Amino acid sequence: MKKIFFPRLFQLLSVIWGVGTLTFILMRALPGDMAYRIAASRYGQDNVSSDAADLVRQELNLDQGAFVAYFSWLKELLQGNLGSSLVSDEPVWQILQHMLGHSLMLASVSLLLSFFIAIPLGLLGAAFGKKVDQGIVVFSTTIRAMPVFVVGLIFILVFSIHWNWLPVAGFGSPEHIVLPALSLAFTLAAISNRVVRNAAIKAFHAPFYRFAQIKGLSSGRTFLRHGTRHIALPVVAFLGIQLVGMIEGIVMIESLFSWPGIGHGLAHAIFARDIPVIQGAALLMGILFVVLNTLVDLVCYRLDPRARGKA
Amino acid sequence: MHILVMIYHNVFKILLKDSLPAPGDVIPIFIVRMINNAKFSASFFGRPTRFFLLLNLLITMTASAVAADNPKPTSQNTLSISGPFEFTSLDPSKNGYIYTRMQVLETLLGVDNQGHLIPELATQWQVSDDGLAWRFKLRKGVVFHGGQPLDANAVVKSLSIAMGKHGTLAKAPISNIHALSEDEVEIQLTRPYTLLGAVLANYANSILLPDSYGKKGNVLAMSGTGPYELFQYAPPHKLVVKQFAGYWGKKASIPFASYLTGHRAESRVLQARSGQADIVFGVDPASIPMLQRFPNVSVFDDALPRTIVLKLNSGYPSLNDVRARQALSLAINRRGIANAVLRSPGSQTEQLLPASFADWHLPNVKVPEQPVVKAQKLLASLGWHLNQDGVLERDGKPFELTLITYADRPELITVATAIQAQWAKIGVKLKVNMSNSSAIPAGHQDGSLQVALMARNYGFVPDPLGVMLSDYGRTGSDWGAMNWNDESVDRDLATLQSVTDKKVRHQLAQHVAQVIYQDRPVIPVTFYKQHTAVNSRVKGFHFDPFERTFYLNDMVFVAR
Repeated sequence: MKKIFFPRLFQLLSVIWGVGTLTFILMRALPGDMAYRIAASRYGQDNVSSDAADLVRQELNLDQGAFVAYFSWLKELLQGNLGSSLVSDEPVWQILQHMLGHSLMLASVSLLLSFFIAIPLGLLGAAFGKKVDQGIVVFSTTIRAMPVFVVGLIFILVFSIHWNWLPVAGFGSPEHIVLPALSLAFTLAAISNRVVRNAAIKAFHAPFYRFAQIKGLSSGRTFLRHGTRHIALPVVAFLGIQLVGMIEGIVMIESLFSWPGIGHGLAHAIFARDIPVIQGAALLMGILFVVLNTLVDLVCYRLDPRARGKA
Repeated sequence: MHILVMIYHNVFKILLKDSLPAPGDVIPIFIVRMINNAKFSASFFGRPTRFFLLLNLLITMTASAVAADNPKPTSQNTLSISGPFEFTSLDPSKNGYIYTRMQVLETLLGVDNQGHLIPELATQWQVSDDGLAWRFKLRKGVVFHGGQPLDANAVVKSLSIAMGKHGTLAKAPISNIHALSEDEVEIQLTRPYTLLGAVLANYANSILLPDSYGKKGNVLAMSGTGPYELFQYAPPHKLVVKQFAGYWGKKASIPFASYLTGHRAESRVLQARSGQADIVFGVDPASIPMLQRFPNVSVFDDALPRTIVLKLNSGYPSLNDVRARQALSLAINRRGIANAVLRSPGSQTEQLLPASFADWHLPNVKVPEQPVVKAQKLLASLGWHLNQDGVLERDGKPFELTLITYADRPELITVATAIQAQWAKIGVKLKVNMSNSSAIPAGHQDGSLQVALMARNYGFVPDPLGVMLSDYGRTGSDWGAMNWNDESVDRDLATLQSVTDKKVRHQLAQHVAQVIYQDRPVIPVTFYKQHTAVNSRVKGFHFDPFERTFYLNDMVFVAR
């Protein structure tokens, strides 16, 4: 347990410093004048001018050297202060709270839905003949080959336009989350069902599984007692990898469905060069990534007695 | 049961913050559906159903009681609007356009569709003979959304704060703003400034309750005087406003209106198609034929004082001769762009402003026959000749230009690529760079800009003189002429700020328009048309070409 926890704590601190520093360097290295970008986001395209940029530069003290700005950020961070948005002047923490709440909700609902899709599909592919498996491969490849926003558009066309069951975009009621979550879940399940399938085939053909059947256990009981845990292990481990893909998909989905999440917010903050928001969002996503991966490790540790033995 | 509802509400509120509808609409319906399903399962499995029936009744009663006391937005009582622009601040100097459009904020003066000043919070205004003092008589019976009456001090505070921020008022030659009495305000100027009335109609100069501001002039809460008050503020995506019963003018009949930012044009179109949004602004031209096939949606095309314009660096070696700029203008097939790219037949133009702005529009401009041939001749007269690659060349250097444009208005990139193809026909090689709108003023200031394609809003201040002055005045401007100056234009624009005689104003504006047309420091391409999809349940939609208001209080829902 300690062997998992302490390295991860060190990793977490490194991620906080590394991500913050890297985003700072990358944002500073981008071509173009930051003051103009911020002014465009603050005042809109009809009202952005060199006067507005000068005002922004003066107000935010953008002329200070990069080192001074970096160390003042680091000092603030050590005090737990993420600063304020350069565009809206709102505290970064408040903005992130609003965005993160929405993103976490969307991510967890999508993940849950993806399990409900991937596990039955994977088991079907593993348990039944080649034709069923090939059919599922075609389905998975088709979904995965499509950009996630195309999957979203198809769902909108079917559920919102054709049947008029669900809203096209927006947030604020439980109905609004169904389509974005379903779109994301399908793209996640397109890969994870293959992991379930492979893990299931491996388990079904393992000697201990055959032995359980030979000794007279029913197929249901064999699956529950000797199959589930073995199949769960690679699937849970894959979950950690899938979180990266999820961040990629969430930006597009949030934009398509007008969902005010962190992925979409981060993309807009980059356009606006809103460095404190970018640093805060990247930092939070980095922390989340480490925390979730630690959780995945802990679950694997609980699932796999061999790992406990080594620990 | 109420506890159950509240638990549900609070659990979800943690995640959705304050963007969740309160008990009374979605929640009870959602839970009632759930309970109904549970009830079915319970009876199916033979358990007693009385408990579930009672539960259902209690939920419905609680919900009805809460809803009756405190109406909440539902799809039946809310006008749902979808548009492309985000908002991040309550400050009128930054995002004031969204609050005047949603009719939360109002200004001292308004404008009609022709750009004439009309009374809004001020009923009368007088300019002194020397043009140095403007007096405004405030409307009686106006109250802020909190119930406080509007007085001269509130106006003085809002305008004084606006003066200290980036915006139109900061550029006005104002020496003093003070209250003459409880309902009279005077603005003193250092020099005559005919534009002041139009400047006061700009969203950044809206009047807020004095308590809305913090110590540094930042807006902490919003209380305006419009027919709608702020109900829900969830930046950058969602804004809900509620009808204000104490409004001084025509009261709103639709209880709520919501604005949802939709970043993707296809998503907004689908919202119009499905009926989720009642009004969708900024419909992309390619989707119009599809939307027109649906009987529940009407598409409105409205002309705006916004023009798609090419800004040229007149100091750039290949553009510093007026004949080169004229040739580039002649090589553009504006009709083709208007019809095929923008699907707005008739929107092509060679001038900055449409005929409705008669002072600034030249009535007798004719497009020459065989413009491409003429363009080629003009370029040949400047020493340009085609090389073996079909690119113009002079002194061994090819005629190459880089154009920058921005993504906020998706049609700009398609127009840019159409111009790229049309200029290629006369041998001009154009590289198109997609950037942010700020790249244009930045490129102007550091001198790196060669050509830029933009959608310039000449109605930003309802009198076009405001934008013309900043774009073509002595120093040139971020969004106007670059390395181009004409003394007669400087002189006439300066005079227009103090002259009130209509005839003289017309002559001066015509002269400015004529010089710009001949010298081509910028090349107009098409006028802008706003395409709006409106659901058939909405009656009374009309569009403000100055984009100050959505006229929500003129709209009603009709039974279908």
